[in-house]
Amino acid sequence: MDRIPILKMGHFLLVTIQVDMYDRLALNLENDLINAVQAHESKGVLIDISAVSIVDSFMGRIIGNIATMSKIMDAQTVVVGMQPAVAITLVELGLPLAGVYTALNVEKGMELLQQKITEEAEFDIGEAEEDDDQPE
Amino acid sequence: MMISLNKETLKIVSEQDVVLFRQRLKEYASKIGMSLLNQTKLITASSELVRNILVYARQGEVIIEVVTDRLQTGVRVTFKDQGPGIADIPKAMQDGFSTNKSLGLGLPGAKRLVNYFDIQSTPGNGTTVTIIRWKR
Amino acid sequence: MANKTSEVLSKRKNDVLEAWIKNQIQDPTLREDLMSNDELHTQSDELLNSFIQAVRSGNYSDISTQEYYPVIEILNSLSITRAYAGFTPRETAVYVLSLKKAIVQVLQDELKADQNTLIEEIIRISDLLDSLSLVTLEAFIKGREEVILRQTSEINEISTPVIRVWEGILALPIIGTLDSERTQIIMENLLQEIVNTGSSIAILDISGVPTVDTLVAQHLIKTVNATRLMGAECIISGIRPEIAQTIVHLGIDLTGVQTKSSMASALRSAFTKQQMVVTKAKAKQ
Repeated sequence: MDRIPILKMGHFLLVTIQVDMYDRLALNLENDLINAVQAHESKGVLIDISAVSIVDSFMGRIIGNIATMSKIMDAQTVVVGMQPAVAITLVELGLPLAGVYTALNVEKGMELLQQKITEEAEFDIGEAEEDDDQPE
Repeated sequence: MMISLNKETLKIVSEQDVVLFRQRLKEYASKIGMSLLNQTKLITASSELVRNILVYARQGEVIIEVVTDRLQTGVRVTFKDQGPGIADIPKAMQDGFSTNKSLGLGLPGAKRLVNYFDIQSTPGNGTTVTIIRWKR
Repeated sequence: MANKTSEVLSKRKNDVLEAWIKNQIQDPTLREDLMSNDELHTQSDELLNSFIQAVRSGNYSDISTQEYYPVIEILNSLSITRAYAGFTPRETAVYVLSLKKAIVQVLQDELKADQNTLIEEIIRISDLLDSLSLVTLEAFIKGREEVILRQTSEINEISTPVIRVWEGILALPIIGTLDSERTQIIMENLLQEIVNTGSSIAILDISGVPTVDTLVAQHLIKTVNATRLMGAECIISGIRPEIAQTIVHLGIDLTGVQTKSSMASALRSAFTKQQMVVTKAKAKQ
């Protein structure tokens, strides 16, 4: 059975899809990726689809699923490098992937993930500090 | 008046056939010089329709044709199956309607992506969907 | 009744062709600047051959039948090429009608003895050629329509310039109405430019759009969504007060779309997003 390799880069997972997707493959990816998020306690998932020429409603749903599932497991998902023709087709299809973060390329996606994680960390620290500020 | 210039029939039994079908379709579309965006729309719409064959009828066949009506050239794809058929076509054409927990974008989405869309179905007797995407 | 005309035509084809070409050359409107005599000769010969072939069937009234396909095919391509070359529809119609004159001349000569048949044949042949000249007219219009379509798409192409206003910031002023075809072109150009320049912000200025109705708003939202899918942000600027009013009155939902009243304020917000500050240079002391 074909599988798409998942690379671990520090706190992040990187998936580069370079083959023609079919449904079984997409389902496997969803499964493997969610397991990998748990195994590595990843904070973010980058899915590079710059080599993908077709994203239909099934594939779109899987991407949405991955984003929602990782979020529940405290990881952010960024889809990077979508082709213009794919973006227009998805919009016409009626699937704007509203809940998914996007970036132009892997580099910018990485920045975005870093930023999201820092924001969250600051938020956590902020809350913690507030607790500390109790009058003595 | 529509003239068919080139014709090929493919059997659809498994997901591997879908991959092959999409490749053949791409060959036909790029051979007539279809723009990348229109190719993407055609293949995405076809991907939705061929999935319907596999999900609802298990198997069927697709016919890829290069057609011309004197003014313009395009690709016509016909999807035929002997599956359960569709009882209420107007309902099946609505966004978000699905009988199997999918997004329900397949039929209406596919229709938005092509220039011509026709669906014929009788319950118990199978479904035939015909689409055309012009070159430009 | 025997197919007299067909007989005569087959027998005296060369005379007809000669008379026809002579008629055309004598015609003061002949456009020698647009077509050489040789070309005219070949074209006329080809048309006459297929015409004689078609008439042989004995069918003079219905040109939608198979016998006439070749004739109509030739007339269509002839009209369209003439339309491109700059002939007037009148000139193309006269071309077919002058064939009538040539045939009538030859018929008169052949059927001198039988006046009744002559009149009948002339009526039949002239009806037939009249409908064929109408075919050229229709094809001519079609040819012109194609020219117009091509120009429309060219205008669409050049009327959607994507401007790189700053590093990472693109602007696209839209002038005129937005229909679905134009939206496609705008999306294609904009998204491609985003890829080419690696820009992360696109400003869509709609101050040149006369009205924003539900459909136009849908097209704008599509463009915003497609831009977002690519990983870039889209700001819509140039919202005039009356446009804001119609948007609210029509109940169009623009939540999730960043809007600014002017290009300047959109640019300012884009700078802020890029963490850039524009300051006045300090005056030299």
